[in-house]
Amino acid sequence: MSVFVDKDTKVLVQGITGGTAKFHTKQMLEYGTNIVAGVTPKKGGTEVEGVPVYNTVQDAVDATGANASVIYVPAPFAADAIIEAVDAEMDLVICITEHIPVIDMVKVKRYMQGKKTRLVGPNCPGVITPEESKIGIMPGYIHKKGHIGVVSRSGTLTYEAVHQLSEEGFGQSTAVGIGGDPVNGTDFIDTLKAFNEDPDTHAVMMIGEIGGTAEEEAAEWVKANMTKPVVGFIGGATAPPGKRMGHAGAIISGGKGTADEKQRIMRESGIKVAETPAVMGETMIDVLKENDLYDKCKTH
Amino acid sequence: MNIHEYQAKEIFRKYNVAVPNSKVAFSVDEAVNAAEELGSDVSVVKAQIHAGGRGKAGGVKIAKNLDDVREYADEILGKQLVTHQTGPEGKEVKRLLIEEGCDIQKEYYIGVVLDRATSRVVMMGSEEGGTEIEEVAAETPEKIFKEVIDPVTGLMPYQARRLAFNINIPDELLGKAVKFMMSLYNVFVEKDCSIAEINPLVTTGDGEVLALDAKLNFDDNALFRQKDLLEYRDLDEEDEKEIEASKYDLSYIALDGNIGCMVNGAGLAMSTMDIIKYYGGEPANFLDVGGGATTEKVTEAFKIILSDDHVKGILVNIFGGIMKCDVIAEGVVEATKQVGLEIPLVVRLEGTNVEQGKKILDESGLNITSAESMADGAEKIVSLVK
Repeated sequence: MSVFVDKDTKVLVQGITGGTAKFHTKQMLEYGTNIVAGVTPKKGGTEVEGVPVYNTVQDAVDATGANASVIYVPAPFAADAIIEAVDAEMDLVICITEHIPVIDMVKVKRYMQGKKTRLVGPNCPGVITPEESKIGIMPGYIHKKGHIGVVSRSGTLTYEAVHQLSEEGFGQSTAVGIGGDPVNGTDFIDTLKAFNEDPDTHAVMMIGEIGGTAEEEAAEWVKANMTKPVVGFIGGATAPPGKRMGHAGAIISGGKGTADEKQRIMRESGIKVAETPAVMGETMIDVLKENDLYDKCKTH
Repeated sequence: MNIHEYQAKEIFRKYNVAVPNSKVAFSVDEAVNAAEELGSDVSVVKAQIHAGGRGKAGGVKIAKNLDDVREYADEILGKQLVTHQTGPEGKEVKRLLIEEGCDIQKEYYIGVVLDRATSRVVMMGSEEGGTEIEEVAAETPEKIFKEVIDPVTGLMPYQARRLAFNINIPDELLGKAVKFMMSLYNVFVEKDCSIAEINPLVTTGDGEVLALDAKLNFDDNALFRQKDLLEYRDLDEEDEKEIEASKYDLSYIALDGNIGCMVNGAGLAMSTMDIIKYYGGEPANFLDVGGGATTEKVTEAFKIILSDDHVKGILVNIFGGIMKCDVIAEGVVEATKQVGLEIPLVVRLEGTNVEQGKKILDESGLNITSAESMADGAEKIVSLVK
């Protein structure tokens, strides 16, 4: 079991003829992801890496039965691409694209109200269920199949956490990058809920960063609902206030969104917080031992 | 992107957001001429820098005649203005806004921001204008009223009315206040603002509702469709290295330490700063080379780090996903060829195309210390610069 994606997920790639998308389509295919279609307007009828290309998402869905889309189209056109996929009633849309104007995402979120589609991202590395399906840009080789769920606002920090877990012998059920933008689709709580309900996930690593209050809200949810142990980390403890650290969402303003505050509330909610990014894996091992889950989660 | 108050007011005039008459001045003579042309009994001389707290720092003066204008303009222009937002070194004032004085009856606060919790634009209002709104929010949150705006309808008149009633704008000025708020919302959405803040909004003796101050910040991600805003950019207000970095779409922020960092991804870049501090070092910068960086961009990034005299060592921490390790390696080699490298360099590579990346660095003949993990990298660079 896993969350959001598995070996049966039929993937279509929006913007498949772009350079980045081509590279990652190849990487995803090599990983074993079931990619059934690509979409680029005016490129319908061609192929990329043996994958048939269609002019519209609806054409691609009708022809192939794709149920998940991954978006690589440039930022000015990305909101349009997301809404096109939602309109075609995809189950899952994963938007990799970064630098989407925030007003566009406000409109996208409003449009998605009451629709069946789950959006992950934008500005995220994607979702991977090891040895089943890799949808996004993460390096596949660091992931191992297992029982730790990973959810993160930061792409490369997710890789760091996964790498540490795999090195220590703890595979992952699914790793979900929810993205670093202030307005995104699936959030920490949505993902924690899914991991809580997934019988194959025994513990969760939750990686946040400064800015906003998503980690605080997630911590409250964990305290009230989570039946599985959670390990946390917050990036940006030493970032100066008022400076936007790369991610549109990563800024401390008006005294809100500091790492200290997030860590405090996470600890109060029973989440064990890793002191440095280098000990995310070790901290998880400590927690697994405390909860008698070490043997159950040790996969290799 | 930030702009000056006078530029924000120019935009406001185009969108019918009411502001007092005013003119920008770059010299003392221009300031006096501006005041003469405005022809008001009292005029206000306002320093134009990208930082709040100007009034308290002596950057805003009320002139009763043209001699006063000359005196204050002379005093403020060229001054290093130190406010709670500028840092101790302050900012030099190079531009003034000369504004007609008005008969203030009462000061209010109006702000428009993105609310992350609801994923909507929110308009906030308070009767406590003129003060630090963050203090109001902390001490008397009940005095701040919010209207959450549906992007389909935009700010509705009833919402603007409700906000105006809540902050006790007099009934006879309700129409003007509503028009002000709706126009301000239009500015926010149509110009892709990240913040639109009016503090204070004032009601005047002659029955006007005016933006006495104006702060607009814009969403950098939307500048591709807001080309007219680019001419408002004031490079004097920005760090030189940050300007250079922005030319190459690099996210760079100068800090006070001596360990230069080059990292991919904002989260990992912040965490790399954190771990350098943990091992007793001080980062000289935040630098996220992003996902789509080319060898050229990486080369420029490296050169920007090296251009900082405080930098005594460099830590490169790359976990390739969309970014490929071989591209990073080529950029590092290219940059050191171009500008030389006389300080320690620690490189940690992992992820996409890691083997090719390591090979390029090994074969380059450069004096590079390789690290097995980010902790190892941080420990090594901290000990090398000591």
